[in-house]
Amino acid sequence: MSDLSDLRMTDAVRIPRRRAAYAPSLPLLPLRVSGLRLDIAQGALLDGVELTLPRHGCTVIMGPNGAGKSILLKLLHGLLAPSAGSVSWNGLPATEATARQALVFQKPVLLRRSVAANLDFVLKARGGDRARRDALLADVGLAHKARQPARSLSGGEAQRLALARALATDPEVLFLDEPTASLDPASVQVIERIVGEACARGTRIVFVTHDIGQARRIADDVVFLHRGRVAEHSAAAEFFPEPQSQAARDYLAGRIVL
Amino acid sequence: MQDIGEAFRLALSLVLSGDADLFEIVGLSLQVSLSATLIACAIGLPVGALVAVSRFRGRGAVLVLINALMGLPPVVVGLLVYLYLSRSGPLGFLGLLYTPGAMIVAQTILIVPIVAALSRQVLEDLHGEYAEQFRSLCLTRWQSITTLLWDGRYALMTVGLAGFGRAAAEVGAVIIVGGNIDHLTRVMTTAIALETSKGDLPLALALGIILLVIALGVNAGVQMLRMSAARQASLGAAHV
Repeated sequence: MSDLSDLRMTDAVRIPRRRAAYAPSLPLLPLRVSGLRLDIAQGALLDGVELTLPRHGCTVIMGPNGAGKSILLKLLHGLLAPSAGSVSWNGLPATEATARQALVFQKPVLLRRSVAANLDFVLKARGGDRARRDALLADVGLAHKARQPARSLSGGEAQRLALARALATDPEVLFLDEPTASLDPASVQVIERIVGEACARGTRIVFVTHDIGQARRIADDVVFLHRGRVAEHSAAAEFFPEPQSQAARDYLAGRIVL
Repeated sequence: MQDIGEAFRLALSLVLSGDADLFEIVGLSLQVSLSATLIACAIGLPVGALVAVSRFRGRGAVLVLINALMGLPPVVVGLLVYLYLSRSGPLGFLGLLYTPGAMIVAQTILIVPIVAALSRQVLEDLHGEYAEQFRSLCLTRWQSITTLLWDGRYALMTVGLAGFGRAAAEVGAVIIVGGNIDHLTRVMTTAIALETSKGDLPLALALGIILLVIALGVNAGVQMLRMSAARQASLGAAHV
């Protein structure tokens, strides 16, 4: 499980459901996050996060357990409301950008239907072309399992279906919260390929991972979170050989970071 | 104990002899209780789903109310329905009193809270699992409700059965609004009450045994349907 994914938010930090316009008029990027803070009764989960993401590429968010990576994704995606600070998607607040983004959770949430029906559901709900279903399934290597109940898929297959479902919404920004945690290398490879292809097509990727090797393979830039703050944000080519923060150096060296 | 043995023999002979009166009573019982269950599900399931996905001020009070209504005394419901449907009542013009229609109304009122309360619990658990995904997909409340109802369909069959069980076993309300009129509104439970009051205990027990068998049959039928649908789903034939 993700470090904070099982955290049950109180109603106070939940946000009301809001339907945003699907037809984008302006690009969602760049993203500007300013003074972002999220408090719960036990203290601050995020404390003064400052972040700017450019229009293109794949950003990897790394950090030790409890650093606030999953919470940050949910705040950026508009699933949680911050206690303070702001998230601005090229001027739009996070809640109005949700419909133009997709989030793949670490533990895929699949409907109790067939594989194909899971995709049909999203395509119908989001007004997508249902004829795309077969192409999406083929792309993630699940065409032969279209009629199988989604809940009977293996972990890697379920995550690929969740990824296909996310891509079915044609997101401008795709968030992935440790999508390859506990998957076998072949499944990891497939997911990285699909994410890479989406990135090449212009989808902005924000990817949370603990896997340093994976981060090296896919990252254009790395955000390193530590104790609810951005300890470092730099290009991957700079981050891995010469991390600037002590926490990132310890993390990359395999030392325990508290 | 002698009565029980005789009751079994009598029940068997009634069924085997093809007693027309008995089958008429059984048919009406099933018609009334199944109709009430279907109507109660049509009302109670969306209500349960709506409460499951909604957060509003006073929600706790609504939950307490729905749960409390599960224990509605049938005679009170019968009396209220009687007052509304009697000739001088506000719905007297419908002419429903002492008809199977009135019995369906009374049973529906009795089991709507059961269906709503139990489905709310089932769907709230399911919604806990789906909620973030739904919000990520920006589903409307209606889309969320219909999705939960479809995905929770197997568990909701059991909810429907609980409602049917309550309806089929109910006597207080239907005897008030139906009047237990022979060949018109007599159902199994009111017939049992009548035979008991007449002192014909073996016949009352025989009818009770048949009622139990019917309830078991309906439960078994729904259970088989549920298992068959689940099996089909696991083989991949359902809902592609």
